[in-house]
Amino acid sequence: MSNKSEIDTKGYWRATVRLTVSLLAIWFVASYGAGILFREWLDQFSIGGAPLGFWFAQQGAILVFLALIVTYCISMNRLEKKYGVKG
Amino acid sequence: MDWTLFFVVTTFALYIGIAIWAKAGSTDDFYVAGHDVHPTVNGMATAADWMSAASFLSMAGLIAFLGYGGSVYLMGWTGGYVLLAVLLAPFLREFGKFTVPDFVGDRYYSDAARLIAVICALFVSFTYIAGQMKGVGVAFSSFLGVDFNLGILIGMGIVFVYATFGGMKGVTYTQVAQYCVLIFAYTVPAIFISLMITGTPIPQLGFIGNAVGTDVSMIEKLNTTLTGLGFAEYTSTNKSMIDVFAITGALMFGTAGLPHVIIRFFTVSSAKAARVSAGWALVFIAALYLTAPAVGAFARINFIDTVNEATYIADDAEYEAEAAAITADGGKPVPTWYKTWEKTNLLAFDDKNGDGIMQYRGPNSPDGIENEVNPNRDIFVLANPQIAGLPNWVIGLVVAGGLAAALSTAAGLLMVISSAVSHDLCRRTFFKDMDDKTELLVARGAAAGAVVAAGLLGIFAGQLGFVAQVVAFAFGLAAASLFPIIFLGIFWKRMNKEGAIVTMVFGLVSTFAYIYYFKFGGGTPDQYLFGVSPEGIGFIFMWVAGALGIATALVTAPPPLDIQDLVEDIRVPGTRQPHGLADEGMAPMPAE
Repeated sequence: MSNKSEIDTKGYWRATVRLTVSLLAIWFVASYGAGILFREWLDQFSIGGAPLGFWFAQQGAILVFLALIVTYCISMNRLEKKYGVKG
Repeated sequence: MDWTLFFVVTTFALYIGIAIWAKAGSTDDFYVAGHDVHPTVNGMATAADWMSAASFLSMAGLIAFLGYGGSVYLMGWTGGYVLLAVLLAPFLREFGKFTVPDFVGDRYYSDAARLIAVICALFVSFTYIAGQMKGVGVAFSSFLGVDFNLGILIGMGIVFVYATFGGMKGVTYTQVAQYCVLIFAYTVPAIFISLMITGTPIPQLGFIGNAVGTDVSMIEKLNTTLTGLGFAEYTSTNKSMIDVFAITGALMFGTAGLPHVIIRFFTVSSAKAARVSAGWALVFIAALYLTAPAVGAFARINFIDTVNEATYIADDAEYEAEAAAITADGGKPVPTWYKTWEKTNLLAFDDKNGDGIMQYRGPNSPDGIENEVNPNRDIFVLANPQIAGLPNWVIGLVVAGGLAAALSTAAGLLMVISSAVSHDLCRRTFFKDMDDKTELLVARGAAAGAVVAAGLLGIFAGQLGFVAQVVAFAFGLAAASLFPIIFLGIFWKRMNKEGAIVTMVFGLVSTFAYIYYFKFGGGTPDQYLFGVSPEGIGFIFMWVAGALGIATALVTAPPPLDIQDLVEDIRVPGTRQPHGLADEGMAPMPAE
């Protein structure tokens, strides 16, 4: 068990929350934003043969979700190394 | 149908074999598979746990009918994993116990909070499991000629063996096997359908590709065809934007708050493993969810191409001769797959104008002809192998895949139900000095009892046919009551017992009342609050419940220092220490 007094737990937690908020902002924009709120505007563009907003709602958002979790895992590993947290 | 029997028997034997191999020896094994499941393995088990009979059989068909409107399921049932990965799973794992009520009861230092969480968990899990059991009954009765109720009994028997002997350990490894069966069964027909419609073997890409032999995109072709028949465009929806928004939200937050999904993350060895595991879970889920919109669109095109304006042949014995004659006349005979599936009552043809031709039309039929063909949406996944001209054994595989999806989800839910009874109610609330051996015995008994209760519920639900209605309850209640208190319990140290109870009770009561009023109480859509349907209301009430809880917490005493320390501990992996009374009965920490 790591000794808590040796770790900057406050700094670690602040960095974690900052990362979480930025990832959730992207999560919101990719699903509720691109797939729902701005969907009609995005539909003027297309990806392959699909209108872009429609594609985000059906496939694109899922791909973004995957990328977000991967980013989270990698960034958290870095944070843990930086702050000496056991993980 | 012999192939179906072969696949069903083989896969069932495999599940039993795994259960015998993975027998649980302690409560640690029974509730959380000893806390040492590999993150990738857990990801795969989570995917099977999560993807139910509805994901496997009904979702693609729903999307085929709803078009853009079906996106709520695609985004809603995957987006929740981002919330799980970054907001809940690693912290709950660091907390390090067995169940969701464990966390709620300890974090909010209150047996009342624990009991309300038990009620939420039981309610959500029972509504969900009824649908799985009904799916098992339908699979048996439609494909193996077994009576619906007997089918449920067989399914119950299988789950009984591996859930009571193996507990979470048995469930985990059978779920891995079930994932492999279901994803293979889903992907093979999808590849062939994609080749037929778009000429590419990758359905996920075929979705944005051109229709085969043309330079028109598949989606544009579908839009043109549908509007030509009087349907709305595939890329449109009749739901309002706020309703789409709220339903997506309720499904996402509901997914993150579902106890059977959350407990899967207690089975890995650390907070870090929980994060990685959530990532793997989404990878395995996306394998099906990126394919589903493609299958939905392809199935709709194919259905219209082969069935609309086809000449119906009533006499099965004369089918081949008549079909040949119709083709020779330059006509289109009703396809063989249609004739096969007609017997299951999933398809119906009503020749309203008496011309013997099957006219498929939407509500705004341009030529004034009434619609004569009514397909059940489940038909699309089930009939895919035959539509694509695949051999009979592939159909057997799809049936085994559907059963795998239903049984794996049912087993995960059973674990929630049995641990809520044996651990949260008995060990943590009413018989606090129970030893580990007795608890394991009670846990097995509770699992056995839960299997029987679930089976009866399935039989009951099959007779009443209310399953589709009650699924809205599960997500709405998980989103409005469980998600906010778990989230606040981790991210806001000041959240206290009073606030948690207010949040849970308000979320539970308001969401339940709203759904009940509109599903069973005669409410009409013009009375919807902000135009939000019962499927999406959990999302709205989640915010209200959270706000009320925060307000209550601010005017009542802060939580004890012990609890505040506990919250600090679970935020930082590797610093978790026991905290006095709140951690009474704490599980052993993982080996260093």
